[in-house]
Amino acid sequence: MSRVTELIFRRRGGRGWHWTDVFTWFWLIGGFVMMFGPAIWLVNSSFKSPAALAEFPPTILPYVTAAATVEGHERPLQLYEVTLPDGSTQVLAEVRRVGTVAQMVDPATPGEIVRVNIRDRKPVREVAFAVANYVQPFLSFDFFRYLRNSVFVTVMATIITLLTNSMAAFALSKYNFRGRSFVMLIIIATLMVPLSVILVPLYSAITAMGLSNSLWGVILPTVATPTGVFMLRQYMLTIPDELIDAARMDKASEWQIYWRIILPLTAPALAVLAIFSVVWRWNDFLWPLIVLTRRELFTLQIALNTYAGETNIQWHFLLAMTVVTMIPVVLVFVFLQRFITTGIAGAGLK
Amino acid sequence: MTVSSPRRVLSGTGAILMAPVALVARLLDPPLSALQRVGGTNGMAAFFLLPNMAVFGIFVLLPLVINIIYSMTGGTALFLADRTFVGAAQYQRLFDCRSYVDPKSCTEDLFWTAVWNTAGFVVVQVVFMVVVALVTALVLNRDLRARSFWRAVFFFPVLLSPVVVGLIWRWILQRQGLLNFGLYELGLTPVNWLVERNWAFAAAVGVSIWAHVGFYALILLAGLQAIPKDLYEAAEMDGTRPARVFWRITLPLLAPNLLVVLVLVLIRAVQIFDEVYVLTGGGPGTATLYLTQYIYEVGFASFLRNPGLASAASILMGAVLIVLTLFQLGIARRNEMRGKR
Amino acid sequence: MSRITLTDVSRAYGQVKVLHDINLDIQDGELIVFVGPSGCGKSTLLRLIAGLDRPTGGTITINGQDVTRVAAADRGLAMVFQSYALYPHMSVRQNLAFGLENARMPKPEIEQRIAEAARMLEIEPYLDRRPGQLSGGQRQRVAIGRAIVRNPTAFLLDEPLSNLDAELRISTRAELAALHERLSATMIYVTHDQIEAMTLADRIVVLRAGRIEQVGTPLDLYNKPANLFVAGFIGAPRMNFLPVAVFPGGRGATIGIRPQHLRRATDGEPTLKAKVTLIEQLGSETVVHGDADGHRLLAVLPGQQGLKTGEEVALAYGQENLHVFDENGLRTD
Repeated sequence: MSRVTELIFRRRGGRGWHWTDVFTWFWLIGGFVMMFGPAIWLVNSSFKSPAALAEFPPTILPYVTAAATVEGHERPLQLYEVTLPDGSTQVLAEVRRVGTVAQMVDPATPGEIVRVNIRDRKPVREVAFAVANYVQPFLSFDFFRYLRNSVFVTVMATIITLLTNSMAAFALSKYNFRGRSFVMLIIIATLMVPLSVILVPLYSAITAMGLSNSLWGVILPTVATPTGVFMLRQYMLTIPDELIDAARMDKASEWQIYWRIILPLTAPALAVLAIFSVVWRWNDFLWPLIVLTRRELFTLQIALNTYAGETNIQWHFLLAMTVVTMIPVVLVFVFLQRFITTGIAGAGLK
Repeated sequence: MTVSSPRRVLSGTGAILMAPVALVARLLDPPLSALQRVGGTNGMAAFFLLPNMAVFGIFVLLPLVINIIYSMTGGTALFLADRTFVGAAQYQRLFDCRSYVDPKSCTEDLFWTAVWNTAGFVVVQVVFMVVVALVTALVLNRDLRARSFWRAVFFFPVLLSPVVVGLIWRWILQRQGLLNFGLYELGLTPVNWLVERNWAFAAAVGVSIWAHVGFYALILLAGLQAIPKDLYEAAEMDGTRPARVFWRITLPLLAPNLLVVLVLVLIRAVQIFDEVYVLTGGGPGTATLYLTQYIYEVGFASFLRNPGLASAASILMGAVLIVLTLFQLGIARRNEMRGKR
Repeated sequence: MSRITLTDVSRAYGQVKVLHDINLDIQDGELIVFVGPSGCGKSTLLRLIAGLDRPTGGTITINGQDVTRVAAADRGLAMVFQSYALYPHMSVRQNLAFGLENARMPKPEIEQRIAEAARMLEIEPYLDRRPGQLSGGQRQRVAIGRAIVRNPTAFLLDEPLSNLDAELRISTRAELAALHERLSATMIYVTHDQIEAMTLADRIVVLRAGRIEQVGTPLDLYNKPANLFVAGFIGAPRMNFLPVAVFPGGRGATIGIRPQHLRRATDGEPTLKAKVTLIEQLGSETVVHGDADGHRLLAVLPGQQGLKTGEEVALAYGQENLHVFDENGLRTD
């Protein structure tokens, strides 16, 4: 092997370690930690009780202070490992604390109160997953409704996107009509007009149509994606025109050609666009933030942002709900990541 | 990561989803065939274009035109008909400054704060983003085992929503967060990341790079893999030094992709909003207040609501973006032509 | 009954005219072949007849009915495409049924027609396969089958054999001829291969640059080519063209003679003298490349000839085999 291939192709375990090999593995492992670490820390934290979340330094595992039910006390008492004056240690339950002195009892002999300086005791801790972080928001807050809103927006927007984009792409790839390049130009022009540029008038248009504070107001402006039209058109151009001629000779109407020939043959590109659309719509933030002001219409993203904006953030619920919001995207990542990466690499699309 | 099973899942769900769709399509055929008889084969193109172009027209083109008129009106009324015409007053207000570099000297000091913040963000973020994406792509382009796994690793955050990204990092960067714990363990002084101006800026840049770098690395990786291997073999036959191979072969051949990535990053950086808004809310003070947030707040959120002013600011931002996009399309076209030749 | 008549048919794309005033009468049951070099307009002409493209001028009638503005679907024609154009996501059976379903034919009749066509074309074993799982030859049969089940007024075939390998092409050609015999249907066949045209056609239409050069039976075209182009296009190897000066006592401007019509001269005959530049020994015959007064000359001589490169050879010809063309390249007799 020559020096060039050594540089570019050397594997780990080749002849010795070039500095680039060291750097490669530094970058890969560092990248792994950087990219997944924060998300893993989020999931990990989401299982901690509020007390454990407030702790510094943080622990890796979710600990809670162990408690025991002691005769004569209604609520469970927290357990501590106490170093007694004679040097021996014993597990005692705290009855009450006054200043630096805690009144404690031995669970075995509940009648006897022992006074302990809090410096001489350590809490007995056990691992416990605070599942309540996940259950509670669905029960006492409206998270189920937010989830339903998000699913509705994502599914509807994706279906309409696939339909309108594929129809437009069909027209633009398989028909010769006057003004076709003009239409293409308009679509390219819309690439230049991101949402933030037309925020105010778009909102007034939506309001004029009675769609403000409506999930349809969130859905409709998003469905005519130029990216989708371009991607599908590019794919449809590879379908031979003779197939369409053959279908015309076979007495198929243009509509039939669209849904019986073109759509099935475009399935791979449609699948990629569907995945993209699901991720886009699930993650949408600014536009729903503007359109939806009534709490019962919030999507998950808006709800999370609202709860995160409160002065007294309940991090234990917020973290758990962030994990819930992440789940669909993580599923897409685990199962369909390859479709997306090849889609982006192939089309170089945005 | 297996690919076959999700494909099967996809086709399975596809079949179930298609049943009602097929029924609707069948029911649509008679009226549409009648339409075809009236309008002719080519006339059907108009029908297929209609839904998409209607949505484009109503939700993109129309607002775009309205926006220009809107920016010349004043007051707080939402509908154009209820607004008073003020001519260029909103623009005059935006540009009313003793010195443009000093926002405090401007009537609309928040606008100029946002402009200069955005400019700073764009410059720093674009440089770091392109460098990190390029290094990642070069690393991924080496003959790695399980390359698709490593590629996926860097791509993961791209899929996360900005809200999730913002919250993940708020949790890590908070006063008692993981990062400060790390510093504490190393014996360093903990930093109040999101409360100190410069650190908040660094966090905004870092988090936005974290969230998007995988996407750009992917584009650059595709570019690297499109470089013919025989060029490297030829260079090897000529005994070219590795560094020279990088500077004289890899980089020039990657240049078109690099340029596309650069402009894409620029366009996105100018519009930065979502994840930074969730992360810092524009704070501390106005340290991470960027243009889109300014437009959003003046247009909708703040008690000083002035939609016409927001509209004027958005048109100025739009002008910058149009220039950048035209540049991008120009590059894309040139690359395409080069590909054909 | 299916008689197709083209009257002054033309087609232009913008300023570029690709077909000029085509007049043609295609008889019922006839197998007519459009032949010509690529870009001559033969495929465009076929698409105009099919209804996949509209003429910019002239009329097309089928059985006396003007169909110029009628959609492809309603002309009752079937087409076999060069790429076969089988629907890749449908089984062979679905491919055959698609057109019949579109015509709202009852299910039992569809099945009966498919069974019949499948038997005729011997594609029964593949009915439930997808086109992607078939060989080129099998796909070609399915494409023909898709046309047959429609029971069309006429078959349009656009270079149907060009995607097959040489051996398969010859056998399929014979099958097509047999099929035409059996169905006695009108067929319009487009090819750039003059041998295909000669072997299959009842009549051949030679096209060049959007104009019909000659229409006639294969032997008409071979024996009495109307002009230099047809003379050069039909017959292999290509006809020799020599200026009249080379021939003792010739008329016209250019004289053509087919390589097969030259033989070694015996004494006293009128001869062409040529210097041998290359000899190709094929065993059964010998192809001699020669130079006659600076003009290239090709002769196909029977058997194995004891000739050497550089040698002078005298070639004789029969007067009846000479084709005489005037200054405009048109046949004089």
